[in-house]
Amino acid sequence: MISPTTINPRQIVGVTAHLPVITIGPGNPRAGKRIRSAASYLPRFLVPGGAPTTLDVSAAPAAAALPPLPNPPAIAVDGLVKRYRKADRNAVDGISFQVGAGEFFALLGPNGAGKTTTLSILTTTLAPTEGRALIDGFDVVAEAATVRRRVGIIFQKPSLDKNLTGEENVRFHAILYGLYGYAPAFGLMAPAYRRQVAEWAELLGLGREIFDPVRTYSGGMLRKLEIVRSLIHRPRVLFLDEPTTGLDAPSRRALWGYLRDVRREHDTTIVLTSHYLEEAEQADRICVIDSGRIVATGSPADLTAALANEWLVVDADDRARLREELVRLGHPPSGDGPFRIEVGTREAHAMLRSIETPLTVVRTHAPSLEDAYLEIVSRAELTDG
Amino acid sequence: MGELSAIAVIAHRDFIKLLRDRLRLFSELAFPLILILLLGPALQAGFGSEGGFDLTAFVFTGVLAQTIWQSSALGLISLIADREEDFSQEMFVSPVSRYSIVAGKIIGESLVALPTGLGIMIVGFLIGVPLSPLVIVAMIPVALLIAVYGGAFGLLILSNISSQRTVAQVFPFVMLPQFFLAGVFNPIHDLPLPLAVLSALSPMRYAVELARNVYYGLQPGLPAPDVTAASVNVSVMVVSFLAFMAIGTVLFVRAERNR
Repeated sequence: MISPTTINPRQIVGVTAHLPVITIGPGNPRAGKRIRSAASYLPRFLVPGGAPTTLDVSAAPAAAALPPLPNPPAIAVDGLVKRYRKADRNAVDGISFQVGAGEFFALLGPNGAGKTTTLSILTTTLAPTEGRALIDGFDVVAEAATVRRRVGIIFQKPSLDKNLTGEENVRFHAILYGLYGYAPAFGLMAPAYRRQVAEWAELLGLGREIFDPVRTYSGGMLRKLEIVRSLIHRPRVLFLDEPTTGLDAPSRRALWGYLRDVRREHDTTIVLTSHYLEEAEQADRICVIDSGRIVATGSPADLTAALANEWLVVDADDRARLREELVRLGHPPSGDGPFRIEVGTREAHAMLRSIETPLTVVRTHAPSLEDAYLEIVSRAELTDG
Repeated sequence: MGELSAIAVIAHRDFIKLLRDRLRLFSELAFPLILILLLGPALQAGFGSEGGFDLTAFVFTGVLAQTIWQSSALGLISLIADREEDFSQEMFVSPVSRYSIVAGKIIGESLVALPTGLGIMIVGFLIGVPLSPLVIVAMIPVALLIAVYGGAFGLLILSNISSQRTVAQVFPFVMLPQFFLAGVFNPIHDLPLPLAVLSALSPMRYAVELARNVYYGLQPGLPAPDVTAASVNVSVMVVSFLAFMAIGTVLFVRAERNR
């Protein structure tokens, strides 16, 4: 049974015997907007145990006569477990989460945390050992074919056929997804397909090169072609498994610019796994998994604020006096200086005003998502160990 | 319609890949040509003339069937290669039925085996193997049947193998004994009982014997060797094909998902 997650602001909830699971609110601020936009095209079915919807029926006139229905999340995962054959521990160990329609959701975790395994189950290429997952309300095991029509995937390793041209790779995909009938050559394909290819070539910045073997393309171009290919059947959910691994910085930036456009135009739900935390920083919500278990979920800002400390660094020529003063103010510093004071940025101003010793160094440390991530993972490992 | 298109495009991809892979085209032809050009005449010089047989034609028909059958079976390796190159993910996340994927691969690899068969026929013709137009025409459906049968056998073997390395280790053990048990170069109708049993169990044997049945049945003026009746060959091939396909596909799909 899949039930919706209750997200309370700044709530820290332990849900497993082994690890603290940290659920941080206030959730997705765009959720209301997405529910409205999703109502116009989402199939209307029930999610077992789903919560009553806050659906704005005015945005979906055709549905106005229907009784209120629970709005299915784009992804609902409940108690998912995967143990590979001959493995002595679970690669995915009872994870549950939901992703709203149109949301940008990032799965973070160290190597071997279970990210790719989770994605493989959600994309139906791997059978779960236990638990259940729904995509757009369809079960990934019982309704695998329907799920496959609704998802697009960018794999960790490029999955283009290097012996084929860009156009042939795309054609292969379009025919597999039943968008066009088979024809043995480009010239014999439906006119609509040929027009589409011209559009895709333009989108990719390719001209006739779309008819060249893909082995002649640059790494960035290959990834972009994969994304174009993965979107041609208009998936509701796009999975990106470390999509920028091996790409240089300009290619990564270009790719994300393109993905932003795709999201804006099609309201596609995006699920990302990445090693690059600056990429995850753009996500609406982040879910950190480690050793197959969820150890934290929340928006990047909330994760950062809740889990990584802010501090102030101060120093003075007269360190002894400064130390005495800090002790008196209730912030006894450690070390010989410069001194680190554990205060948030909001309290920093008041703190500085109350120090009378002339300061030679004042530095604030604003934590990054990376700090938060490392903190989360190290806490999880400590608890686990 | 969608599934048929999917089968066609999967088969199309394999065929296109062959046409673009000149090295594979060459290597597919090289081994059978060595056998036909060297082994056939050598056997003929050694034993054939004395016995009144044309061993060049005998080896030619055996190698023709064996090459097509083996090429198609080994071609199914590309399912493993696809998996290692991650292209199979593109197929396995598509809404196409797993049975269609397997069917597309077998048809594709059968199409790939046919140009090799054609090459062997041309070389056979050039070195003087008797080939009437009727034989050439009749060999087309025979070659297709053998290729599809070989593909199903390849699927069965490969369905539980996860790497190309394992394939490289396992295939010689599966293939090499069958060269002798199927009678590619040697007669098999007076074998001692244990070998006769193994020979009867060799799937390649029925492909080789069908090719010989058709060749010797339609090519005038050549003394025919002992071969099992064509009806038996075809029956065994059809039943085995169905069994290999059913078991192979189920095992393959299960191995793909239940890792």
